[in-house]
Amino acid sequence: MNPEQNETVDQDVTAEDLIEEVSIDGMCGVY
Amino acid sequence: MKLVEHFEQGLDAPICLTWELTYACNLECAHCLSSSGRRDPRELTTAQAEAVIDELQRMQVFYVNIGGGEPTIRPDFWHLLEYAVNHQVGVKFSTNGVRLDPERAAFLASPACGGYVDVQISLDGATAEVNDYVRGPGSYDTAITALENLRDAGFKDAKISVVCTRQNIGQLDEFKALADKYGATLRLTRLRPSGRGADVWDELHPLPEQQRVLYDWLMASGDNVLTGDSFFHLAAFGPADGSGALPGLNLCGAGRVVCLIDPIGDVYACPFAIHDNFLAGNLLRDGGFKEVWQTSELFQDLRSPQTGGACAKCDFYDSCRGGCMAAKFFTGLPLDGPDPECVQGYGETALASGDRMIPAASQDHSKANPTRNQPVMLKLMTRPPVSDCAESPLAGFTL
Amino acid sequence: MILDEPWRLTPSVALRPEPFGALAYHFGNRKLTFLKRPELVRVVEQLADHPDVRSTLVAVGVPEQQHSAYAAALEGLADADMIRPRADALEESA
Repeated sequence: MNPEQNETVDQDVTAEDLIEEVSIDGMCGVY
Repeated sequence: MKLVEHFEQGLDAPICLTWELTYACNLECAHCLSSSGRRDPRELTTAQAEAVIDELQRMQVFYVNIGGGEPTIRPDFWHLLEYAVNHQVGVKFSTNGVRLDPERAAFLASPACGGYVDVQISLDGATAEVNDYVRGPGSYDTAITALENLRDAGFKDAKISVVCTRQNIGQLDEFKALADKYGATLRLTRLRPSGRGADVWDELHPLPEQQRVLYDWLMASGDNVLTGDSFFHLAAFGPADGSGALPGLNLCGAGRVVCLIDPIGDVYACPFAIHDNFLAGNLLRDGGFKEVWQTSELFQDLRSPQTGGACAKCDFYDSCRGGCMAAKFFTGLPLDGPDPECVQGYGETALASGDRMIPAASQDHSKANPTRNQPVMLKLMTRPPVSDCAESPLAGFTL
Repeated sequence: MILDEPWRLTPSVALRPEPFGALAYHFGNRKLTFLKRPELVRVVEQLADHPDVRSTLVAVGVPEQQHSAYAAALEGLADADMIRPRADALEESA
């Protein structure tokens, strides 16, 4: 796994950097 | 990093998965992806199934799609359902509706099931004629009766799951109307050439122009119709940058965020890939489900960066991600080439090239002899040829 | 203004730690949200322990110039009912 590299460096954090919503039905491979 | 990139590398536990509880089934659908019909004597016992649920709870798998065969004909189905609910594992179960009488519907609608149980009714035609052709006589009525019972019992938001075929693409509006009538959500999914589907795929899979119709219809429906992200290959109908993708991650989740547990504890990359090539291990033999999920060679392989092969050169690769590996495998196409239903047409070319080797099925749980539930489609496929000497114009024709 | 209000994680939400943060799943509405920073995960976990969102951010060590971004993220979580306003100023932790 890649370590998260951007914890303290960047000042310009947006909401998109913090959360991302997906559908539980939104990943292929479940019928 | 975007969520999709994390998912492509795989997670320490699936987000959701399909668990086929039994290969036994009362129906004999022509396109059954698990070639179900007969119970496998090595089916997990109730205790073994409970142990799987315990593991899923520890791993925090959020929900499982319990299917089969027909899961409700397992005698311990209702017990296992409650067991899962009581162990924080959400369940959607996929059924043809055969056991959903008013009493069972009332139970499902009761607080005992809380927010943890979802019901998915399989239906492949908005009319009995279209549905029963592939699912067998009376199967439409069984499904509708189940939907009625659920609605009348106050069960909210059942799912109607439709496999899209050449014959039912013209019924999309009617499917939606059915879902609305029963207070259910419509779910459209892709026909794969998996299981018995391999034998009927040539006749049943949507034509290229029908895929376009489907894509446009789904784009217009937005979030009102689910797809389980099963049409991510259609994103290539949109712009090459992937912005025309349907709702969903647009990602093959097999072995990365989802998988299949089969009735005997075999773990496959996904339910559309029930074949030795996609078998990760067995949870009884290989130290439990978590061990298989986290350490199997097949899954490590799927979680490593995928090159895309020949598809990577196509402008639309970012949209379609090279399509479905199961669809390619079971039509005998190479995994590093186009999907058989590639919307740019590369799949059709590949299918026509004549080089393909359709793999033999690893297993077949179909009933040994057809029953009265055998769908017309299969009857027609197994009918013996008419003799050239037959005089009657109706020779060989069964009314 | 969410920063001045008391909030808490919704009871029917499961928070599953991941190397990159956490996945939050709401068993009622079936929404799945990816929390992309460990700090946000700690904030969400500790919301109920503090009188308001701002003091939670401070306690977790979120720099002040990021507070408005975190507030926007929490509003997104609120829209999905992943977090809920508290009636009381301070609750016992569950």
